[in-house]
Formats: sequence, C-alpha cells, structure tokens
Amino acid sequence: MANKNITCTVNGKQRTFAVDVRSSLSDMLRGNAGLDSIKHGCDVGECGACTVLINGKPFNSCIYMAIWAEGKDILTLEGLSDTKGTISDIQQAFIDEGAVQCGFCTPGFIMSSIPIINKDTPSSREEIRKQVAGNLCRCTGYEHIVDAIEKTQKKRIAEKKQN
Amino acid sequence: MNIIGKPLNRVDAYDKVTGKAKYTPDLVSPHALHAKVLHSTIANGWVKEFDLSEAWKVEGVVDIVTCFDVPDIQFPTAGHPWSTEPKHQDIADRKLLNARVRCYADDIAAVVAETEIAAEVAVRKIKVTYEEYTPILSIEDAMKEGATVIHEEKPNNVVVHSSYEIGSFEEAIKEKGLIKVVGDYETPIVTHCHIEPANSFAYMEDGKIVVVSSTQIPHIVRRVCSQALGVGFGTIRIVKPYIGGGFGNKQDALTEPLNAYLTTRVGGRPVRLAYTREETFACTRTRHAMKFHIESYIRPDGSFAARSIEAYSNQGAYASHAHALVANSVNGFRMMYPVGAIKGEAYTVYTNMPTAGAMRAYGIPQIGFALEAHVDDIVAKTGFDSIKIRKQNMMKLGFVDPVTTITCHSTGLEECIDKGEKYLSYTKKRKEYEKQDGPIRRGVGMAIFCYKTGVYPISLETSAVRMLLNQDGSLQVQMGATEIGQGADTVFAMMAAETVGLTMDKIHMVSKQDTDVTPYDTGAYASRQSYVSGLALKKTAETFKKKLLEFAGFMLKCDPWDLDIKENYIVHTNKDERLLSVAEVALESCYSMTNSQHISAEETHHCTDNTYSFGVCFVEVEVDIPMCQVKVLDIINVHDSGTILNHQTARGQVHGGMSMGLGYGLYERHLFDPKTGRMYNDNLLDYKLMTALDTPDLHADFVETYDPTGPYGNKSLGEPPTIPVAPAIRNAVLNATGVAINAIPLHPQRLFGAFTDAGLIK
Repeated sequence: MANKNITCTVNGKQRTFAVDVRSSLSDMLRGNAGLDSIKHGCDVGECGACTVLINGKPFNSCIYMAIWAEGKDILTLEGLSDTKGTISDIQQAFIDEGAVQCGFCTPGFIMSSIPIINKDTPSSREEIRKQVAGNLCRCTGYEHIVDAIEKTQKKRIAEKKQN
Repeated sequence: MNIIGKPLNRVDAYDKVTGKAKYTPDLVSPHALHAKVLHSTIANGWVKEFDLSEAWKVEGVVDIVTCFDVPDIQFPTAGHPWSTEPKHQDIADRKLLNARVRCYADDIAAVVAETEIAAEVAVRKIKVTYEEYTPILSIEDAMKEGATVIHEEKPNNVVVHSSYEIGSFEEAIKEKGLIKVVGDYETPIVTHCHIEPANSFAYMEDGKIVVVSSTQIPHIVRRVCSQALGVGFGTIRIVKPYIGGGFGNKQDALTEPLNAYLTTRVGGRPVRLAYTREETFACTRTRHAMKFHIESYIRPDGSFAARSIEAYSNQGAYASHAHALVANSVNGFRMMYPVGAIKGEAYTVYTNMPTAGAMRAYGIPQIGFALEAHVDDIVAKTGFDSIKIRKQNMMKLGFVDPVTTITCHSTGLEECIDKGEKYLSYTKKRKEYEKQDGPIRRGVGMAIFCYKTGVYPISLETSAVRMLLNQDGSLQVQMGATEIGQGADTVFAMMAAETVGLTMDKIHMVSKQDTDVTPYDTGAYASRQSYVSGLALKKTAETFKKKLLEFAGFMLKCDPWDLDIKENYIVHTNKDERLLSVAEVALESCYSMTNSQHISAEETHHCTDNTYSFGVCFVEVEVDIPMCQVKVLDIINVHDSGTILNHQTARGQVHGGMSMGLGYGLYERHLFDPKTGRMYNDNLLDYKLMTALDTPDLHADFVETYDPTGPYGNKSLGEPPTIPVAPAIRNAVLNATGVAINAIPLHPQRLFGAFTDAGLIK
C-alpha cells in the first residue's frame, strides 16, 4: 500500500512522517512518533481514549486519517509537560483530585478538558459534563474528573484576573 | 496509625497523567505478527469443514490454525485458585478453538499475519461449512426435555444444581398469622466496559512461552495456559503491566491461552492478539442474567419467619466461573437477613448465549436487586416501615453463617442506614411522596447489602509478598497482587510505610507482575487484596522490620528489641531520638566488610478467615410518567468497609461502583437477535455506558469500624459500591408511582409497559 510523507507540528515541533495512507492519526502518533499516551479503546470514535488536540480542538485521533494531519498543529498529552518533566496544572489536578484510576481514559480526558479550562468564564458542572461526554470512563463515575476540571478552570480564571 | 487513612495521592498517578504508564499495547514489538480470530456465524452446531484456499492467498499470511489443528485438550478459564481435589476443580469445557460451536461468535479458527490488516482480510476469506442447530438462548429452552445438548458432559444442560435449607421451611410456614409475599425478579446481561479491550502478545524466550497480557490474575493465567497447551507451569511466563480496567472480565483467561499457542506455531515470534471493542463485548465474558422467585412469610411484628428463593442463572456457552456466581447469590439472600427458616435452590444452565463470568460483586448485584426490591414489596404489602423492617431482620454483629461459617466480626450497617437516611431526609420525603398525582412525580428509595471479603472458605486464599532493602534505605515491594485501577499499589505502599516505619517516598511498589519473579498471589478479585494480600504484606513488613532492626542493633551494639523505626530513622523504642538513618543501615548492611547481607523478607499468608462489609444506597428520583424517564436527583452510598485505608481512593471506588450501579438500574443491557443469538449492541454507541452528562453528582460517605480480622481493620470495598444502587432506584420509582417493576434496567420501553399496565398511561 502507498506511503505518503505527512508534515505537521506535533507538540510544538515540526515533524515529517512516512505513513501508510490507510493509517489513522492515532496509528501515526503511536507508531511513528512513539506517543503512547494515545490509547485505543474502540478504534471507531466511541470512547475518546485517543483524544488529541488538532489546531486547538479535541478530536478522536483513531477516526482522523493521518493524511488529514498535513500542516496541522497537533497536541498530545506528552506536550503538556515541559522538557524537564514538570507537569501542567490540569495534570496535577487529576492527581490531587483522585481523577485517575486505571488511567487508560486519562490522557483523552485531560486533552478534552483543555478547551474547557482555557475559557474566560466559569462553566457549570453540567457544562463540563457535556463537554467531556465524548470521553468514556468506567472506573470513576466521572465525579473526581469533573472536580479536577472545575478546579483547574477556576484557578486559571483567577490567575487571568490577577494579571 | 500515621499513614493508613490519609487521603494520599496515588503512587501511579504521575505516570498515568503523563502517558508514561505502559499498558500491554504500549509494549508490543513493532515487528510482532498479528493474529485475528475467526468467530462463528452460527450459535449452535458443528464446524464441518473449512476452505482456506482464498485466505492463504492474502499477502502476509504466516499461519492459519483451525479448530481441527489445536491440541485435543479441554481446559477451564475461570480465575479461581486451582483445587487439587478433582470435584472442586473448575469445569474444563473448551478447547483453544472449538469445532462444536456453542455460541454466536465462538472461536473456530485464527490467522497469523505480518500485519493486522492482512490477518483481518484473511479471516474474512475463510469459508466455513457448518452443521447448524436451532440456538438455545433462554434457560427455559435449555432445560426443556429433548433440548439439544450443548456439552455432552451435561446431558440436561444444567451445569450445576445446588440447594440448602436452614431450619425447616415447611414447618416454619405453618405458624399462624404469617403474611405471605411472593415476587419474581429478573436481571439482564451486561458487560464490564473496561476501556482497554482484551489484548495480549506472546513470544518464546529461554525455552518458555511469554505472554504479556492485560489481566487481573497473572499467576492463574499461567496455570490456565499450561493446562490449555498441556505444558508445565514453569514453561509459561505471564507478564502483567498496567491494565486499563478489568471489573472481573479479566479475572478469566481470555486471549492468553490461544495467543500462547499461536507463538509456538510461528517459531516463537511475537504474536499480538488484540480483541476489538466488538470482540471484547461479544467474545469475552458477560454478567450472568438471572431469574429469581422469592417467597417470604412475615410475622405481624415484622420479623421474617421463613423465606425461600429459587434462582436460575444463564451461563451461556462455556462454564467459566459457572455455578460459583449464583451460589454466591443465593448465599447472599440468606446472609443479608439471616433469621427464620431459609431455603435456597439454584440452577446454572448452559445456553448458546455469550459466556458469562465474573463481574464486579460476583452474583450479588443480581440478588441485591431481587432481594431489596422484594423487601420493598413486603413493605408495600404490609405497611411496615422500610427501614425498621430491614434493621429488625438484617445481619447483626457476631452472626455466624451456618453454611460457610463466615462470621460478622464488625458491622456499622445500622449507622450507615442512619447516615444515608439523614442525608436524604428519606423518611420524611417518603411520606410526602406517597400521595402524588400528575405526570411528574418524585420518589425516594434505599437498599442495603452485605458482601464478603475474599473467597474463604470456598477457595484457597494464599498471598505472598517480597520486600527488598535498597542501598539508599528505600524499600522495594514485590507482590503477586495486582493493580488494576482500584488503587491497590497505593494502599499497599501505605501499609508498607506504616508497618516498617518509612515515609511514602521510600516505598517503591513494583507494579508489574512477572510470574517468573513475582511472589505467588491469585490476583485481583473478590475485593480480597487489601485484606488477604494486605495480611501477607503486614506479615512480611514485620519480618523485614525485625531483620532491619537486628542489623541496626549490630551497628549500634545494642539489643534490637530496644529499637524502632520512625520516619526513616532508627530510634529507641518509645523515644524519638534518632540514632541512625535507615539509609545508613542499608548502606552498611550491603557493603559491610565484616557482616554484609542483603536485608529482605518474603512471607506467605494463608488466609483462613473472612468478614462482611456493609453499605447502603439512598436515592431520590424524578419520574416523568408520559415520557417514561427516570432522572436521579440525588444519590448517596454509605459504606462500612472497616478502616478506610485511603479516603481519596476509597471515594473513587465508591463513585465508580455507583456509576456502574446506575447503569445497571437504568440503561445497560445486551440485546440479541432471537433467531441467531448474535449480539446486536456490541459497541459503545449502542450499548448504553453512561457518559459524564448522564451521571448525576455522586456522594460517598463512610462509617468506619475496625474489623479485628483485617490487617489494618479494613474489609472489602472494591466491588460492593455497585450492589445497592439499582434496587434503590427501583424502590424510588415504586415510591414515586406506586408501580413495582421487577426487572432492570428501567428503560423507557419497560416503564411504558409497566405504567400502561398500572393505568398511569392510557
């Protein structure tokens, strides 16, 4: 099957990958870039475990063709820590609020929460629940996940006000 | 206790929020071959012949294996400890691939290929000729005279029939003035929905077959693989990295035995066998659908004079955990209200449905629904107070179950009920909601449960732990007990820190199990690990501490009995003066020119006790009668699980269990084509797993008791939270509408039928 070169920005760096044209973005990021935070729970866009940000918006990377990534800006969970391994506030909140159990859905949830925590006005818990409804979790009942997102959003809004 | 009970962050959380935690799919060699299983397109019959010619033509195919090629060995798959007594052994009723097709999507052949796509394409090109029989999907059809025999060893399709009687039921019901209440209850087939599908990869190394797998039970899977392939236990090595949830499905050998065999067919090259989501739904395990008939005889003072239960469990195609499930259900019926005469009878029946196995709380969610619905039916018929009648008849401290001898060593159930009642203002609201009319009505409901901790005395309960001192004074803890998301590694680290006298940062949990290295433990199930493995860990920690203090005594030239360890320092017993750091002792012990030794400890604990945890769910719902919708307005679970080892992870366990219980009560069920037995909703769109938006805010609370048999006063918590939710919702709908619905889930079609029958919808 034909291969094609795809050039895109992954976690801030421009990269070029030779991919099978049938590949999904998740296959490319896991297989070619070694970004194993992307998890496959269903391969058909049902569970959200493979969520990445493409130009700032969350997508199920398992049903996003690798060839569509040409020229796109892609952010994965690995891109949230700095080069020294210091993690972001939302990752820390997932730890502190006990939002992690088996951890398989965690990367997707954290990626889906980024547009929410970047909002300028606070979201209700109901709104947060709606925005992460594309990510499934069987362990937590979502309670601590919503807590982590809500607290991080509040913290960021407070920080913006101070600046 | 200094560390136990604190709401500490999980020891694996950093790796899990950064993507560093490695799961089975993250460890597969990029050069691995890929296997795909051919699943049957009939539910009942025989494979007569394969035509593999087109499949072999697919580029990249390395091997094709059919049911006619595999070893002629039947093996069991259940994640039970093995019994050396033949009559207690799990039922060995399947081969790696089966010519006798017993369910739709049974495993009949497999392709190994260079790529996943080639394997998939080749599987689709295999042509199969079947001899087909009518699928038997219901228990009734399977038990009919002359029904097709699904397994020749069980000519009437009944896997096991068991019964018990406490006192004389027939005598007891002769008492004058008894009120009789009868009910029939039914629970659906549901599935685990762990987000990581069933998957493994296998290769050969050092003359052994290595299987890396997403399993809850590595040591048991090793035994099952060895039985399935007919090779020695020692020639199989199972490695278990992080796993993306299990909930009992991975308490069974799933892909591992076939995968172990496939690598032997291709010269030991790595072979990946990863089930799709659809296969994980249709071809792994389900929760048993059960039917119950309950009869109760109640005295005018509210005490239970006699009760009986008949239970029927749909096992599906293969035995898996088989009768152990429904036996647990009817035992639970007895234990919850152990008063008066009680008799129970249970049948586990083979059908051509998908194989049922363990799923969170092992038969108790089923009986929990039936029993607690039935208690509210008694309340509805007799007018007794719903809380008072439960408190009057429920298990009390000191109770010894006459069948299993399991003893109630501690109970906070009454306080749990009181706490939940107060939170919801249940009694007040229940009265208020009794007289409503109009299309939208509110109701409150509650349900209680008891749950064992581990499986003693039914099965062997053995656990081993190894502790090794690193030269920097930190401690390596190796356990056969598995972290499956529930937080086991975190509470084990806390236990080790607590008992040895170290701080949490000095504890290194070896999370990955490798059966070549890891001490023996049967694994994660039965909410047993913090209790059974916890006892082993405490014993090991005490031995380890003794050895460490002996060396410190040698260094300090004093009696080790006068020494203790506090926060990484050797201190005088009952004094805080720091004499030496553990790090100094560790370094000296390793590199001493006169007395070097590696300080380590390994102990096995053989658990010969069990204890009950308890809890309650209180829920308030709003029922939209014309729309046939139930909305949960408020919900709380209150648990007595003894000492709460870690409040953060404990709350997480309760929330997750409640969520699963809400799904069980309101949404989840598998649907099947009645003609073929094919599962209709084998995907996460059509199977209604609750999203965050479907989930209300969940409240978790605890009544802490100290259980004298638990290592730190703790008892089971992992599974129980899911038990009481569905019956509490059902009872709340009864309170709201006066309509008793005896089957779950309470989906709109079911409510429409029930409300129409009751005249609420005309």
